[in-house]
Amino acid sequence: MSATLSEATQASFVRHPIRLTLNGQVRELQVLPWTTLLDLLREQLDLVGSKKGCDHGQCGACTVLRDGKRINACLTLAVMCDGVELTTIEGLAGDDALHPMQQAFITHDAFQCGYCTPGQICSAVGLANEGRARTGAQISELMSGNLCRCGAYNNIRDAIEEALPLCPQPQAPEGEQ
Amino acid sequence: MNPFQYSKPETVQAAIDLSSPVSRFIAGGTNLLDLMKENLTRPAHLIDITGLPLADLSETPSGGVMIGALVSNADLAWHPWIERRYPLLSQAILAGASPQLRNMASTGGNLLQRTRCYYFYDANVPCNKRQPGSGCPARSGLNRIHAIFGASDQCVATHPSDMCVALAALEAVVHVLGRGGARTIEFADFHRLPGDAPERDNQLADDELITAIELPAAGFAEHSHYLKVRDRASYAFALVSVAAALELDGPVIRQARLALGGVAHKPWRDRAVESWLSGQTVSRETFTAAADALLQNAEPLEHNGFKVRLARRAIVRALSDAALGGQAK
Repeated sequence: MSATLSEATQASFVRHPIRLTLNGQVRELQVLPWTTLLDLLREQLDLVGSKKGCDHGQCGACTVLRDGKRINACLTLAVMCDGVELTTIEGLAGDDALHPMQQAFITHDAFQCGYCTPGQICSAVGLANEGRARTGAQISELMSGNLCRCGAYNNIRDAIEEALPLCPQPQAPEGEQ
Repeated sequence: MNPFQYSKPETVQAAIDLSSPVSRFIAGGTNLLDLMKENLTRPAHLIDITGLPLADLSETPSGGVMIGALVSNADLAWHPWIERRYPLLSQAILAGASPQLRNMASTGGNLLQRTRCYYFYDANVPCNKRQPGSGCPARSGLNRIHAIFGASDQCVATHPSDMCVALAALEAVVHVLGRGGARTIEFADFHRLPGDAPERDNQLADDELITAIELPAAGFAEHSHYLKVRDRASYAFALVSVAAALELDGPVIRQARLALGGVAHKPWRDRAVESWLSGQTVSRETFTAAADALLQNAEPLEHNGFKVRLARRAIVRALSDAALGGQAK
């Protein structure tokens, strides 16, 4: 659907204020409506851990956690993140220790080039929050939204299998509200 | 992505009042933003509906379930009511997209996904669905993933959703609200065949918003199965998928539902075949006869003849697994 916009309409393209909790810190920001969450993180906030792989929701390199749930930051508008709690790869580690999932990826050498790794780790933490994967086959199926062109899948699966029991358990199954 | 105006109304009525021919509603955004990045859709105004009170599930007076249009695909698939009473729907949702996308995508939005025909997705080539009257390169081009049922000279695209295939088999009802008021649409009537207006995927008007999807009481929980066949083991669109649901009395079929995905512009059902199945005895011969009857009307293109053979085997397997309790591998 295309349209020509009047000058008055164009003048209404204003920055919108949003307030969100980003890696534990409350942030108040002004965003243009068409800025994606991924571009906000990388271009405006200098949080470049989340990667732009395909920019179309197909590779998972941009995966972040919104209110504990994994999402693709490339297909999310920043303006629609008002009021949310957001965790990126930069916010996973504690003050003096890596997140168990980060440590497991190192232990199992679960990467080669590392470009997909922040998305893989955030996705794996989201997987742990969901509490639905127990076996290696279930992990593989529920990690299918994260591609690794180096082909480190076996080590990624082993790392996640080891770290899952070490991650905080989900509060309650989905839909029990 | 083109510049656009952004609004976030707090009531359903306000959202409908804001709508115009150049606006689009946005919820999960998983398909709409992708289309905007490809410059295939250029709305002047996005109306964010995620603040509307449409995110709950409730039981209906007739014993069914009303699903709010904003319930995410993941929450729906893993809701205890759906897992227990409508496992066919749960399986179909989990067979689609990725965990990230299922967390984002809404129930209503899933119905409005556009085709993944590669010619539709390439703004440099003609496409009757994208630009009416420009032509269809798929009909005589690379049409391996395209329709074998219900296509027209103008369009051979398929509908990409898995969830919708299960909703078709379950005979869900779509609730919509527009300037003209509220109305309900039977699932079988919601999506269109392309005909001579392939730019229209469904019956929804510009000012209409899907508010809920209603599931009837019958969930076929004892005997249903969703089978999806695709080019890789996970996270790919269906070449062929089958939603099979049976009501059995011992070995005798009392009622059968059969919907196919990946083969037409909408989830494909053949009522004559479903009617024939009722009264038959469960057997491989029965299911093969049903598959053959359904597929005798198939019209494959140059590169998708394999879908006919694939669908035949998939129908027999899905019906067999449904008869065995949906657990067979």
